[in-house]
Amino acid sequence: MDYAIPKSLDDAFPILGAGTHAIVAGGTDFFPSLGDNPPPENILDVSGIPELQGITRLDGGWRIGGGVTWTDIIRAPLPPAFDALKAAAREVGSVQIQNAGTVAGNICNASPAADGIPPLLVLDASVELASRRGMRKLPLESFVTGVRQVALELDEIVTAVHVPAIAAETRSAFQKLGSRKYLVISIAMVAVAINTDEDHRIADIRVAIGACSPVACRMTSLEDSLVGLRVKTGDDLPPLEPAHFSCLSPISDMRGSAGYRGVTASRLARNVILRALCPETSIHA
Amino acid sequence: MHSCLEMQPVKFTLNGDDVQAHPVPGERLSDTLRERLATRDVKVGCNAGDCGACTVLVDGIPVCACLTPTRQVAGSMVDSLSGLVARDTAAQSLATAFLDQGAAQCGICTPGMIVSAVALLRDVESPSESDIEDALGGVLCRCTGYRKIIDAVIQASRTSVSGETASRRGNGRGWIGTSVRRVDGLEKVEGRDRFGDDIAHPESLVLKLVRSPFPRARFTFGDLDAYRDSRPGPVAVLTAADIPGVNRFGVIPGFEDQPVFAEAETRFRGEAVAAVVGEPDFMSGFKAEDFPVAWHELAAAEEMSAALAEGAYQLHEDRSGNILCTGRVVCGDAGSALAGCDHLAEATFGTAFVEHAYIEPEAGYAVWSEGRMTVHACTQAPVLDRECLARILGIGCDDVRIVPTAVGGGFGSKLDLSVQPFIALASMKTGRPVRIAYSRIESMQSTTKRHPSEIRVRMGARPDGKITGLEVIGRFNTGAYASWGPTVANRVPVHASGPYRIDDYRCEAVAVLTNGPPAGAFRGFGVPQAAAAVETLVDKLAEQVGIDPLRFRIINCLENGSHTVTGQHLDSGVGIRQCLEALQPAWSRRLRESAEFNAAAHSRDDPLRRGAGIAAGWYGCGNTSLPNPSTIRAGVLPGGDVVLHQGAVDIGQGANTVIAQLFATALGLPLGKLSILGADTDITPDAGKTSASRQTYVSGNAARLAGSALKARILKLCNASDDAILDFRAGEIHLSGPGSEHVIDLSRMPVDRHGYVLSAEETYDPPVTPLDDHGQGIPYAQFGYAAHVVLVEVDTSLGCVRPLHVTAAHDVGKAVNPLLAEGQVHGGVAQGLGMALMEEYIPGKTENLHDYLIPSIGDVPPIETIFVEEPDPHGPYGAKGLGEHVLIPTAPAVLNAIANACGIRLEALPASPSRVLDAIRSREHA
Repeated sequence: MDYAIPKSLDDAFPILGAGTHAIVAGGTDFFPSLGDNPPPENILDVSGIPELQGITRLDGGWRIGGGVTWTDIIRAPLPPAFDALKAAAREVGSVQIQNAGTVAGNICNASPAADGIPPLLVLDASVELASRRGMRKLPLESFVTGVRQVALELDEIVTAVHVPAIAAETRSAFQKLGSRKYLVISIAMVAVAINTDEDHRIADIRVAIGACSPVACRMTSLEDSLVGLRVKTGDDLPPLEPAHFSCLSPISDMRGSAGYRGVTASRLARNVILRALCPETSIHA
Repeated sequence: MHSCLEMQPVKFTLNGDDVQAHPVPGERLSDTLRERLATRDVKVGCNAGDCGACTVLVDGIPVCACLTPTRQVAGSMVDSLSGLVARDTAAQSLATAFLDQGAAQCGICTPGMIVSAVALLRDVESPSESDIEDALGGVLCRCTGYRKIIDAVIQASRTSVSGETASRRGNGRGWIGTSVRRVDGLEKVEGRDRFGDDIAHPESLVLKLVRSPFPRARFTFGDLDAYRDSRPGPVAVLTAADIPGVNRFGVIPGFEDQPVFAEAETRFRGEAVAAVVGEPDFMSGFKAEDFPVAWHELAAAEEMSAALAEGAYQLHEDRSGNILCTGRVVCGDAGSALAGCDHLAEATFGTAFVEHAYIEPEAGYAVWSEGRMTVHACTQAPVLDRECLARILGIGCDDVRIVPTAVGGGFGSKLDLSVQPFIALASMKTGRPVRIAYSRIESMQSTTKRHPSEIRVRMGARPDGKITGLEVIGRFNTGAYASWGPTVANRVPVHASGPYRIDDYRCEAVAVLTNGPPAGAFRGFGVPQAAAAVETLVDKLAEQVGIDPLRFRIINCLENGSHTVTGQHLDSGVGIRQCLEALQPAWSRRLRESAEFNAAAHSRDDPLRRGAGIAAGWYGCGNTSLPNPSTIRAGVLPGGDVVLHQGAVDIGQGANTVIAQLFATALGLPLGKLSILGADTDITPDAGKTSASRQTYVSGNAARLAGSALKARILKLCNASDDAILDFRAGEIHLSGPGSEHVIDLSRMPVDRHGYVLSAEETYDPPVTPLDDHGQGIPYAQFGYAAHVVLVEVDTSLGCVRPLHVTAAHDVGKAVNPLLAEGQVHGGVAQGLGMALMEEYIPGKTENLHDYLIPSIGDVPPIETIFVEEPDPHGPYGAKGLGEHVLIPTAPAVLNAIANACGIRLEALPASPSRVLDAIRSREHA
């Protein structure tokens, strides 16, 4: 039985390499996943590793340490492109969960309803992975491969999330649909990052939808269809074509039916696009 | 637990003191604090971060202790409620405010709430309501409906700023009609109250259960002796073969059909087949999958349709067709009346299993000593527990003592045995104290639920709005065992008429056995389901006739002098009309506001719609047509102290306070001078079960009678007149009346076997009569009445429904403690909103508090409470029961409000976003 709390990444690598330890960071997914079983015998606690801490500017972009909590995200001075991520952070579980749960943990848990993933997808985030063998980066979309599945080698750890440089004017919005206000797992959620020119034409738009497919995904066909469109008020945004949502494959569960998710995903997407375009509008969801 | 000596201790500061502990790897901070550092004010409700009861501050930041590895807090400052109230002025202001506002009912969530609020008040001096909701959104409460918690945090923020900590609410004499703080509240807000898992002897063994993973399975054990003798290994293994008495229990005579351990075949998912008892060290690593049992899944009848199908397998030998029992009430001729009516409305309505979701999972400990069994556990029915345990253990009732702990919410489910037989049996077998706390998962899997229902309703009316006939045919899924199924089958036919005068009426209810979890008592015993079906149909019928739904209800409501559908003549005490009339201003306003809102929303193409809904309800207090006496004893000690032996279990609703207020009023003693004992079957007489909204009415009457009798005895000693004023002093009672003064010297009087110089013991039993074959008779001596108006907002594009306001009118006869009564209303409304909008228990799928949703602090809107006081002829000082009435109208009022908002009439609960949107889309396509 071992509980290791390494104080550096180098100290963590041998333990990771042995493949004997379960990793815990904030514990907010680790403990619930145990159900009524006792914790595993050997645990690697990564909360003391300095390389996993902090949000830093890097090459015009941002490096968000894997151990950064949702509360850290909410409190960090970040440009409006991160508003969606901050909004998602405020909707992760509760204050207690936001204070402990980490960005990397949310990604590695790879729930289809992970609140952090759609806003990171619209930021074109990539994941920094480290092991004794070195460091590599993977686009977030390639890292999360399925329900509870990530492209993490046995000896690797997620050390950070990288967000590349993004136009300062980029605005973003996020909305999560659930059956109650707090402590709720999404039925569907949408993140949007958008950039318009001075003529209200959409120069760049990124839309990601979560909880409607095994892995949250970017709606590239929808994005392409909207680029160049002039949207000054809500009336300028045409109905979103159902074909753009064919990449989703919602399931039915106790939170909502597949049909419900299919219908609401596009409605929610429209709401969030409008909200990102004109945050002051009273478009409800 | 493990002492892991090979590892360094974890050192940190706990509530200002340096501490160290030796947790096992991966141990949760909540376990370390509770089990190794005696910080039991940290409550464990779910072990998954879903309820927040275990919230502590780590370096000032609120986290769930159940999600925090203890080793992560090395070197940190950890603060829990008990430490904060001792040192932190914000925590002290909060504790005071929680008492003043009635923000702690059962008190199990209170530590999490106050600790979270301390963190908020350190950050934000004058928080807004939404700041408070955000800060407390991670803590679930099942009792209060949250509004009083919000009020308490606002009060505390003001007193913190002004430096005041004194209570706004003086207790005075504390007699009936005054909003005194709960008498047991201080322990709750300071984290000192002792719940089921807080009291175990430190040497206790720990018990865990092996449960069926299938709704129905045959099972065979492997080598149990070898498993027991393995090392490290358990101390004992228990199965059905170990039960010395009868392996059956139940709550209703003649319906004791539930085994402690299943024998050969299990009938529901989560049913126990064996128990493993061991030292805490061993048990903390226990995995049920290591237990030697082989399962053979069998075809199960989980739905009523399957259980009732021709040729369906029979769950119990003596229950042919899987029918547990039926109930009926018939008066007049509903069939003919409906055949010839001017307006007819009909519907088939469905509801789901609903989980009680109290924040305290079942827990307790048992000690077998010198041939006597003592069980300390959370319960709503100590005397019933004693009888059931005596039978299971094969010993006399006198050899069983039940000492209820504080109960962290019950709502009906803690009426049935849960942990008690397992720990009692284990203590008997091992000779050691034995403890258990159910995990959230096993609490949800194995304890009772609200009955799912399928209810067919037909109702007719004349053009003038008079209801001419009503027929209600209901099937109730009672799960694998009887539990309170017979009560549901009997209560529903009496109540399905609603509080209306209906001459031609027929209601038949049947309780169906299935391979579901046992369905039992849950606030209303089937009446909320029937009310949801009938009250939504009332609206539909009112619309057909063209009469406003509130007006329609007034046209038909019971009045003093009316007969009910069971032929009971109600002389007085009928306050439903007053409730409805009291709602008229709110109703008119909400309808007008909704119409204005919708016109504006429509014009700007906004998908939001608002609507107002109304529903009414009534509920008989006490057991249906059965004796259900309560006895209360009181005595005066030679020193002059007055002691109340109060055996009515307070599960948060306030019986400790209300019954004491009634007694104090009758005796003429200030409430603050009264000492209260109990509940404890060795020292309190039987005050019956905390169920059926009976404690204020029935035990309250016994308390009133005991107070009056004791007063009469005192007066008689000096032949003083009835209006003499009593003053209890050290060793003396002073009596003063017009022109006369007396002093009774208590120190010279002989003491009785209870140690009292003066005492009284009185019993009250409601005057009821049996129901005949047509359900005619006097099922209840007392009814309470209620009506709610709910304002909702429906997002017609997403199907989301948001309640915006509730106005709740209740005829309580006499509000003994308006503050606590309002707390009951708020809590009932919140549970009604949950049932209306989100709650659906699905075995195997929603066995935790993140898949099974109950309202959070952001889901309960402001609630305005209106008390109508139409005195009840039988109630103490006219008081009526209230505990169940409070949620009966809520769900149908929500459905009626949804209909008013967007025209869809749902015929199933809950009105989840999926279901609402489906209905909206079908209507659009129709």
